[in-house]
Amino acid sequence: MKILVPVKRVIDYNVKARVKADNTGIDLANVKMSMNPFDEIAVEEALQKKESGEAEEVIAVSIGPSQCQETLRTALAMGADRAILIEEDSDVEPLVVAKLLKAVVDEEQPGLVILGKQAIDDDSNQTGQMLAALLGWPQGTFASEVKLAGDKVEVTREVDGGLETVALNLPAIVTTDLRLNEPRYATLPNIMKAKKKPLDTKTVGDYGVDVTPRLTTLYVAEPAKREAGIIVESVEELVQKLKDEAGVI
Amino acid sequence: MASLVLAEHNNEELNAATLNVVTAALDMGADVDILVAGSGCGAVGEAAAKVAGVRKVLVADDAAYAHPLAEAVAPLLVSLAGDYDNLLAPATTSGKNIMPRVAALLDVAQISDIVSVEGPDTFIRPIYAGNAMATVQSSDAKKVFTVRGTAFDAAAAEGGSGAVESVGAADDPGISSFVSADLAVSDRPELTAASIVISGGRGMGSGENFALIEAVADKLGAAVGASRAAVDAGFMPNDYQVGQTGKIVAPELYIAVGISGAIQHLAGMKDSKVIVAINKDEEAPIFQVADYGLVADLFQAVPELEKALD
Repeated sequence: MKILVPVKRVIDYNVKARVKADNTGIDLANVKMSMNPFDEIAVEEALQKKESGEAEEVIAVSIGPSQCQETLRTALAMGADRAILIEEDSDVEPLVVAKLLKAVVDEEQPGLVILGKQAIDDDSNQTGQMLAALLGWPQGTFASEVKLAGDKVEVTREVDGGLETVALNLPAIVTTDLRLNEPRYATLPNIMKAKKKPLDTKTVGDYGVDVTPRLTTLYVAEPAKREAGIIVESVEELVQKLKDEAGVI
Repeated sequence: MASLVLAEHNNEELNAATLNVVTAALDMGADVDILVAGSGCGAVGEAAAKVAGVRKVLVADDAAYAHPLAEAVAPLLVSLAGDYDNLLAPATTSGKNIMPRVAALLDVAQISDIVSVEGPDTFIRPIYAGNAMATVQSSDAKKVFTVRGTAFDAAAAEGGSGAVESVGAADDPGISSFVSADLAVSDRPELTAASIVISGGRGMGSGENFALIEAVADKLGAAVGASRAAVDAGFMPNDYQVGQTGKIVAPELYIAVGISGAIQHLAGMKDSKVIVAINKDEEAPIFQVADYGLVADLFQAVPELEKALD
């Protein structure tokens, strides 16, 4: 079985996003970019399935500008076998990404697609579910455990009340939550090896998908700022302030 | 114009998150209906009909909806979508699971986690862990949303008199099934609905030490939360996590204990009315958003706080 892992290039997890002065978006000039953390977990899960003999090949795919090659090389350095870049400079919405990924799935016929549950830039949390809808496949979102068993996959999901386990017919979509695994670091020899692994570059036109956005961003603003308050000296003072000043207890 | 709200429930009771979504739907200016998809869920349908402002309640009572599997519920919403301009659900794990599947089947965008309705096609939603608020305009004729509950007041649970109608189940594709659930049972209030939340972070040191926080929570009638670091370390289960990718809370009082205040955690609690931080590191970023900061060893301060609340 092949496993397809879509990966997204996003602002690094440790960088605080700044709104552009003209309120058109986020300032990404000279900002460190990395693989979306949930996608690293997706790559790791696919690799573990390959290492356990449950999968034969792990294919990473990314959609975005040519710099996404770096993100794909990271996936290859972690251990993915080959990569596909669908080059597109405009911002693509989750529905467009899902349509492009469906086209890749139609070509590659993976048994499992593992995606991050959300990207930490637009926080949409949509692509996996949309891809599942377009393919007519079942979806195991927010996974904390993924167990292959014959022609099914059992996915334990992190839900609001605790954990829930569902059984899905294969092929299926899985989206990762934080506790699924701890992604490995790419070692230097593997980074060197990754440079020789195949990376196909395609365009949106190759798949005939309309990338016209459905949403227009009119304005991006900083949220209302919270002012730092006061430092109290003791628990006694804290309780007194909460009672008398804030009136919340 | 009409909007359809997907109710969240456990086949017995309507989840309070649904009430906030009704308010968001009313803000859109259209008639508001509620869909209750469940199994043996008649009481939920009756409760939904009493919600103030609701025109009618559609009840799809079928074994296929005993657990809200996206593969079964999404086609049901799609089968009803012809009569509606807006389809909404709370931005809970259930809503986030189902609604993008609905949007893709309808070939429309989903607008995730809206916090404000600015007009019939214009909405505000947080991006980049809430470090920016985007005002977006949709060109889709039919719109699909998840709604951040803390951003909208709850509609009154009583006072409405909506009609209750039965609707047939949609074809179940039969590609997924529920196996089991391991749900936390607690006498404390639900995290996203509590008026006071006390959360612990990595500084707690162990799961056992959360007993200190729980003792304070019980005195205050508060819910208990945790930072991602505390959940990743195995101190507390995943459903306690407050943050960008966990639960979003906005209580009257949020007490952060041993939490440094990473941007991902702040994204989940910075809309709380009053924030208290207890941390021994005076440089911790949590103090920059706290109304009241106490620089102290939590293992002394928290038991002291519990005593002071007698």
